Amino acid sequence: MEFLSDIASLINSTLRISTPLVFAAMAGIFAERSGVIDFSLEGKMLMAAFVAAVGSYFLGNPWLGLLLAIIACVSLSMLHGFASVTYKGDQVVSCVAINILIIGLTTALAAAWFGQAGLTPTLNEDQRFLEVNLPFAESLRDVPIVGTIYSDILSGHYIFVYLAYLTVPLVFWAVFKTSFGLRLRAVGENPSAVDTAGINVFAMRYKALAINGVLIAFAGAHLSTAVNANFFREMSAGRGYLALAAMIFGKWHPKTALVACLLFGFTDALQIRLQGVELPAIGEIPVQLIQALPYVLTVVLLAGFVGKAIAPNAIGQPYIKER
Amino acid sequence: MTTVDKSKVPWWVSNLIVPLVNLILALFVSGLFIFIAGENPYEAVRLIIYGSFGYIEGFAYTLYYTTNFIFTGLAFAVAFHCRLFNIGGEGQAYIGGLGVFLVAINFSFLPVPIVWLLAVAGAVVFGATWAFIPAYLQATRGSHVVITTIMFNFIAASLMVFLLVDVIRDTTQMGPHTIALPEEQWFPSFEDFAALLGIKIRYSPLNISFLLAIAASVFVWFLVWKTRWGYEMRAVGHNTQAAIYAGISPYKNIIIAMCISGGLAGLLGVNEILGVHHKIVAGFPAGYGFTGIAVALMGRNHPIGIFPAAFLFGILYQGGSEVTFDMPNITRYMFVAVQGVIILFSGALENLFRPQIENFFVNRLNLKAKA
Repeated sequence: MEFLSDIASLINSTLRISTPLVFAAMAGIFAERSGVIDFSLEGKMLMAAFVAAVGSYFLGNPWLGLLLAIIACVSLSMLHGFASVTYKGDQVVSCVAINILIIGLTTALAAAWFGQAGLTPTLNEDQRFLEVNLPFAESLRDVPIVGTIYSDILSGHYIFVYLAYLTVPLVFWAVFKTSFGLRLRAVGENPSAVDTAGINVFAMRYKALAINGVLIAFAGAHLSTAVNANFFREMSAGRGYLALAAMIFGKWHPKTALVACLLFGFTDALQIRLQGVELPAIGEIPVQLIQALPYVLTVVLLAGFVGKAIAPNAIGQPYIKER
Repeated sequence: MTTVDKSKVPWWVSNLIVPLVNLILALFVSGLFIFIAGENPYEAVRLIIYGSFGYIEGFAYTLYYTTNFIFTGLAFAVAFHCRLFNIGGEGQAYIGGLGVFLVAINFSFLPVPIVWLLAVAGAVVFGATWAFIPAYLQATRGSHVVITTIMFNFIAASLMVFLLVDVIRDTTQMGPHTIALPEEQWFPSFEDFAALLGIKIRYSPLNISFLLAIAASVFVWFLVWKTRWGYEMRAVGHNTQAAIYAGISPYKNIIIAMCISGGLAGLLGVNEILGVHHKIVAGFPAGYGFTGIAVALMGRNHPIGIFPAAFLFGILYQGGSEVTFDMPNITRYMFVAVQGVIILFSGALENLFRPQIENFFVNRLNLKAKA
């Protein structure tokens, strides 16, 4: 049974660790399907983490913190749109600028306001999200297999974990089953054709970026007001880039992106589990090398050893309306 | 937005006035941040100018930072001419430093000038190697270098901490760093030269790597604008399809551009290891690799522009440390945010006022011509 509970806790952490990646990957799908590159997921996630923690600390309610984080992230998305859609600036440069700006600004403001090295004050139980226990989780715990799956794996997560996995079918529906989704994908593939059909390319891209901002805010709030009880310097730790890699690996498709996110989450969960463990034949792997595992996996996945990824056709190109 | 006939815009309008206006906007926004953090922006500017120019050691520090930013700025610029975003300068510099140290410690039986030459070569080779894998994956598999180079920064950081803790650590000391190189291998410093002239000044990290940075600038200028290879690389960057049609291989050029870029970033290790620390210290690239992006974009990816841009960031860094010393609410991260704002205005938003400014000058010149 030891082995079984090990597996259960590994799957449990995989679901939790994958959550911010899932939100970020879904956010990335909206931006990139509309033809706007979004490397700034990293910066936006960090911004959301900071704003949610600070907002919740001052207002005493994590939902208000989340709301502020959404406003902050949508504003950053709009800034990205302003630079790269309206002013046709380089999309990658705009993202790099946002990421560096946010790394600096969040830490600098945290230090200026709270006098610590880039830390925000620890949130109390009212100021953060707590684990949600599903109904009957306690009474079902002793039932073999069903109890393990229901009580040990599915129950007891933060609200964001459930929201993340509900978002995936929602995104699938929005992108592939609605007329909005059809337009969104068309704008990313062939903007001039969409323009001819009387659809405003710029408005579509701004709408996509707005949704992108809302989704990424959940990822940041999950980090600073649920899993942790405060914001700390560079706490997003490359997750925005991992999510983007997962999205590319998932060929800009919600379902396959989800699988890639879970793979990343599993690697990370395994990495934490393997620290300090003696492996047969290999011995103990140095902790620094294990920690690099998710990053190595990102490179391996991006190298596309399972088929080449085809991006939306118009990605990265500003749309210039002919006059 | 009315379009301007590009050929009628004088060079100094698009290459001096427009970047200057963007810079002023960026500094204005940065001033707002300092205000939000609860300090006086004017006072901050005064401290920055005093800290970077007010005394000789301060100025030496400014030039020391300039040296680092020239290396990382050139590194970003070379790749950018091939339309590659090498944001992995941080990791390439880290691994480049490893190259410097390993060469210097293993060849210490050779005469010092030869060790220096070999160490510089070691920095270039190690930095280039670290850039090679992302380059190869970009060229053959289309894996975007922005993601792969960032991942290689994380991997480099893990690898170096592993090496510093478990493999090449100075076991007699507590901190994660190597043993020091023999003293005769240390680069001559600014105060050594001043002492030769009979002037006594206090310690500063400025050393002859500054001259290496100037040499690297000339090298990049020659390579990118005066050689056939530089032409091919720029052709791939401007229009890959046209380049292929002209018989230029994008694969080869992507890999060469990234490797040279990584090699230049690796030179940061020469300044830090031979010139300053004389050993590998954990985390020595300290964000210089990222600042290189801002430097290159501000300097319009040309060595002549990169030099003043690197100097400006040198002023910001050195003056910034003066600010953090005197203003408790400002940390060095505020200047990371300032970099972001500068990249935003001089990179992504460079077209914000460009048409208006160009129109203004073209119309004025037309009026003059008619009068």
